[in-house]
Order: sequence, then C-alpha cells, then structure tokens
Amino acid sequence: MTSPGVDDAIREARPVSERRLHPVTPLRRAWAPVAVLIGWAVHDPDQAQRQLTRLTTTTLLIALAVLVPAAALYGFLTWWYTHFAVTDSELRIRTGLVFRRTAHIRLERIQAVDVTQPLLARVAGVAKLKLDVVGADKKDELAFLGAEEARALRAELLARAAGFAPETAHEVGEAPSRELLRVPPRVLAVSLVLTGATWGSLAAALIVPTVLWLVTESAWTVLATAVPLVGAAGAASVGRFVTEYDWTVGESPDGLRLDHGLLDRAHETVPPGRVQTVRLVEPLLWRRRGWVRVELDVAGSSNSVLLPVAPREIAESVVARVLPGVTVPPREDLARPPRRAGRCVPLWWRGHGLAVTDTVFAARSGLLSRSLALVPHAKVQSVRLTQGPWERCWNVADVHVDTGAGKTVSARLRDAGEAAELLRTQAERSRTGRRDARPDRWMA
Amino acid sequence: METGSPKDTGITRDARTGDEPVWTALPPGLLRMRRLLLVVWLGLLTAGLGVLLGWLAGPGWAAFAALPLALMAWGWVMLGRNWRSWRYAERADDLLISRGVLWREETVVPYGRMQLVEVTSGPVERHFGLASVQLHTAAAATDAAIPGLDPAEAERLRDRLTELGEARSAGL
Repeated sequence: MTSPGVDDAIREARPVSERRLHPVTPLRRAWAPVAVLIGWAVHDPDQAQRQLTRLTTTTLLIALAVLVPAAALYGFLTWWYTHFAVTDSELRIRTGLVFRRTAHIRLERIQAVDVTQPLLARVAGVAKLKLDVVGADKKDELAFLGAEEARALRAELLARAAGFAPETAHEVGEAPSRELLRVPPRVLAVSLVLTGATWGSLAAALIVPTVLWLVTESAWTVLATAVPLVGAAGAASVGRFVTEYDWTVGESPDGLRLDHGLLDRAHETVPPGRVQTVRLVEPLLWRRRGWVRVELDVAGSSNSVLLPVAPREIAESVVARVLPGVTVPPREDLARPPRRAGRCVPLWWRGHGLAVTDTVFAARSGLLSRSLALVPHAKVQSVRLTQGPWERCWNVADVHVDTGAGKTVSARLRDAGEAAELLRTQAERSRTGRRDARPDRWMA
Repeated sequence: METGSPKDTGITRDARTGDEPVWTALPPGLLRMRRLLLVVWLGLLTAGLGVLLGWLAGPGWAAFAALPLALMAWGWVMLGRNWRSWRYAERADDLLISRGVLWREETVVPYGRMQLVEVTSGPVERHFGLASVQLHTAAAATDAAIPGLDPAEAERLRDRLTELGEARSAGL
C-alpha cells in the first residue's frame, strides 16, 4: 500500500460500487442449451433422427422438466456472477461461472461507445452497451442494462474519459447533441435501388436456383443454394434499409453521435480524434444525382458507415466536422498516375488519383464505383513503398499508408521518383502532424 | 566484417536530397546460414534422387539428379542477391527498412508509432549466432522486420528503438 492517507481518502469519498446487469439478462442466455441441442442435431443428423423416432411423450416431458430448469439455472448463475464497476480510470467487468474473467478497460483509450437495442430488447426496455477499445473482446459488452441506465452510464463513461473530475463525472450528464443531418427514408430507398450490389444479389438469388433446377432437378440442391442466396439478397436490400433507416448524425462535445435502425436501434458515439480514415464512396449510378456514401474507420470498432447516402456538399461538410481542419480535395486536385501506368493496370489506372494537403493524404481508386480515402497525417502509423518487376519496367511504384484501424490506404502507380519523394515527405508529415492533435482526454 | 554492399537500388536514388540516410546492411551470417541450409537440403535431395534413379531405372537416368544441383546454383545466386538487397537505416525520427530485388519494398516507421519491439531467434538461427528484430505498430499491415542480425546488434537496436519510442510516443 502506498501513501495510505491520500488513497484512503479517495476511496472513502467514492467507493467502487459493483453493479449487476438488468434482471432480464438471464432470459437472453436461456436459449444456450437449446442451441447446443440444435448444434448436435445439425452436426450428426442421422443419429439425431434415430433418437427422435425413439422419443415418446414421457421422455419428452422428462427432458423438458430437466432442460428448462437447467437453462434457467444457467442463465441465472451467469447473471449472478457478472458484475461491473466504474472506477476513476477504468470500467471493470467481472464475469464467468467456472472460468473467471476480469476485464479492466481503460477509459481514456475508448475509441467509441455503442448503445444498441435489438427489437426484443426494445420491447423489454433494455439496451446493450459496448465499448470499442483496440483489442477488446466481443465479451466485453454490458448486455443488458435498463435503457435509462445505459444512457446514464454512457454519459458517465464519456465524461470520465473526457477528463472531467471524478467527483462530478456522474453528475455531468449527457452532453448536448446538435443534429447535423437526417437521411430521409425515401432517399435511402432510392439509393439502395441505384446500388449495383442490390440488383446483383437479387439476380443471383433468382437465376442460380432456376438454372440448378433445370440442370439437376434435385430439390435439395436447389434449396441448399437458394436459401443462402436469398438471405444475401435480403441482407443487401431489405436488411440494409432496416439498419440504415432514420440515420441521424449529430454533433456533441463528446464527439460524433450516430443513431439509426428501424427494428434494432443503435446509438454510437465516437469521441473526437478517434477517426483513423474516412472514405467517400461514389457508386456509378449515384453519380448523376451527386450522392456519396461516407465510411469511417475507428480502431477496434466494427461499424464503418458514417453516412449511408448524402449529397456531396453535405457529406463534405460532415467530413470537415469529423476531421477538424480537413477539406475534401476537389476532383481537379487529384493527380492521376502518368499515362504509362496504363501498361500495368489497363483502363483502371484512370481511376487512381492522389492529393496530399497539409492535413490529409487523399487517395482515390476505382473506375466505376469511385472511392476516395482520406487519412489525416497524424493517424499514419507507417509508410511503405512497393514496386514489382513489371512496375519497375514502367518506372512506377505504389505508396501504402497504414493506419491504426487495420486499414491501408494505397496511392497506386505513381511515378517512381514521385513515390520515393512521397515516402520521405509523408513520413515527415505523419511525424509532425501529431503535434497539433487533440489529447486523448478531450475535455482535459 | 564483410557486409552486403549498400549499392544504389534505384528507388532511393531520386529521394536523395538533404538528409542522406546512413544505410546498414545485414551481416554475412544470414547469407551463410541460408546457403548452408540450401546446400544441405538440395544436396540430400540430389543424393537421394541419384541413388534411387540409378537403382530403379538405370545409371543413365541418374543424370536427372543434376536438376536439383542446377536449382542449388540458381538458389545460391538468388540468396546472395536477396541478402544484398536488405538494409536498414536509423534516422533521427524514423527507421527505414529496404528490401527485395524483384519485388522491392521500402518501409518507414516513425519511432513514436512503435508499440512493441521483439527480438526472436529460432534454434537454427541461434546456432549461427543470429537474431531477428520485429517492430509492431498499431497498424497490423506494418511489416517491419529485420532478420539475421548479430544478437548484440539486435539487442542494441531493440533498446534504442524502445528508448526512442518512449521519448516520441504518440499512440493511435
């Protein structure tokens, strides 16, 4: 024990109080034994069939009488043994019935906070809270909390992460949010209709099973291919509409707020300075309407959409909010590779482009569906130059910029001399770019 | 001590402006180890193939055993070229690694971005008195490793990189 006077004073002032999850939680785990049974049946169907034929009403009843309380007990025990606590600098999660597991998540390392409410959870009035930290586990989410409690906890975690004094952190409350943009459902629907992937998956779901039926006339083969294809088509069209419905982007002192979802509602918060890369994607059919899709990468986060669809000017103004001081380079500023690059990548070489400003490294790729990736210099982890034998013949080289979100942005097919110069200057810029970056505790 | 010649390999020629990086080449131990492994394995293959063919198909066929020998000669040259292409430079603020003959790659890692520096040495490497240094940043794509260093140099490099990394630490 070090300096008992100070430590004890703090501990007495705010003891670490451990909390449990919402009492609804056990129900969520109750299906686990059923899943095990189904898994066994799928794994070994013959055996399962034989066992099923031997089942009588009595054995079924006995099985139910054993299984249901066992499932209930399992759910109850896992709930009972899961605790969480918020300390001055960490969120601690203690869980596990047989194998104990304690996770301490450092709050200043938070990359994003998500509060999600699946459909059933909305009915029950509960929500999931998940912290995105680099290297964090799927297990480190708090499911479920009361909806109000989840919001309050999120506000408290963000206040602590922002660097508010520990005594006041739980009183700061939710930072006020200002709505920047809301995507109308009609625009979203039209944008999905104009996306090639939607039609591609639908066509695949219709054509492939039909052709298979004509060739094999075996119902099982058709069913086995049709089900995943229809599923993919549904996910690409209806699924995307449902998740991206009512997409709202808000701005608050705690960072960016993203709220979306028709059935499952999700509320994400990305604190300032966490965004590693931003991509503006422009599918072919959206070009006439001037729409773009904006994607972002945050280290340790699975979500990657910032705006499902928006007019280009609005998208650019949102990007300027996400990456302060950054302006999206206009199309004329993107330098194309030299003409001889066409010998390395025919036709598609025209899609590549590069612009380096004081704040970002911007690289465009793609001919039909254009994608412009922006990396702030401060977020560059390493820079690489590669050159294959054929590229050397034509004196061109690729420059890759690696970011902390595990994404690499490449400026392909630059003139070899330009690429070498770029490698040198980019390393210098990424080193100095960090100086002006905001601290991890953004309110401190 | 003989080292690989830090000859100009094209890419950096244009970059050479003010602050010229001081390149360090790999010590010859790595080349010796790789060539020895090549000779041992292909030698065994040649002998095995020669005996087997001579016994089963007749002495004329045993001439086919010369194929691995040709491969060995080719590999001997290739290993030399590859070894000569490897080099690294410690600059004031970042580490440069350049490698490859046909597929060239040059990596720049600012010291402040290093999360972890590893020194590894397998059993064969240890026998030849070699060690590798591997750098990790927050980006998984960063592929910065220097193989075949003298263990003392590897440890010096690790300590220096860690020290510089702490001084310039920048995180994500």
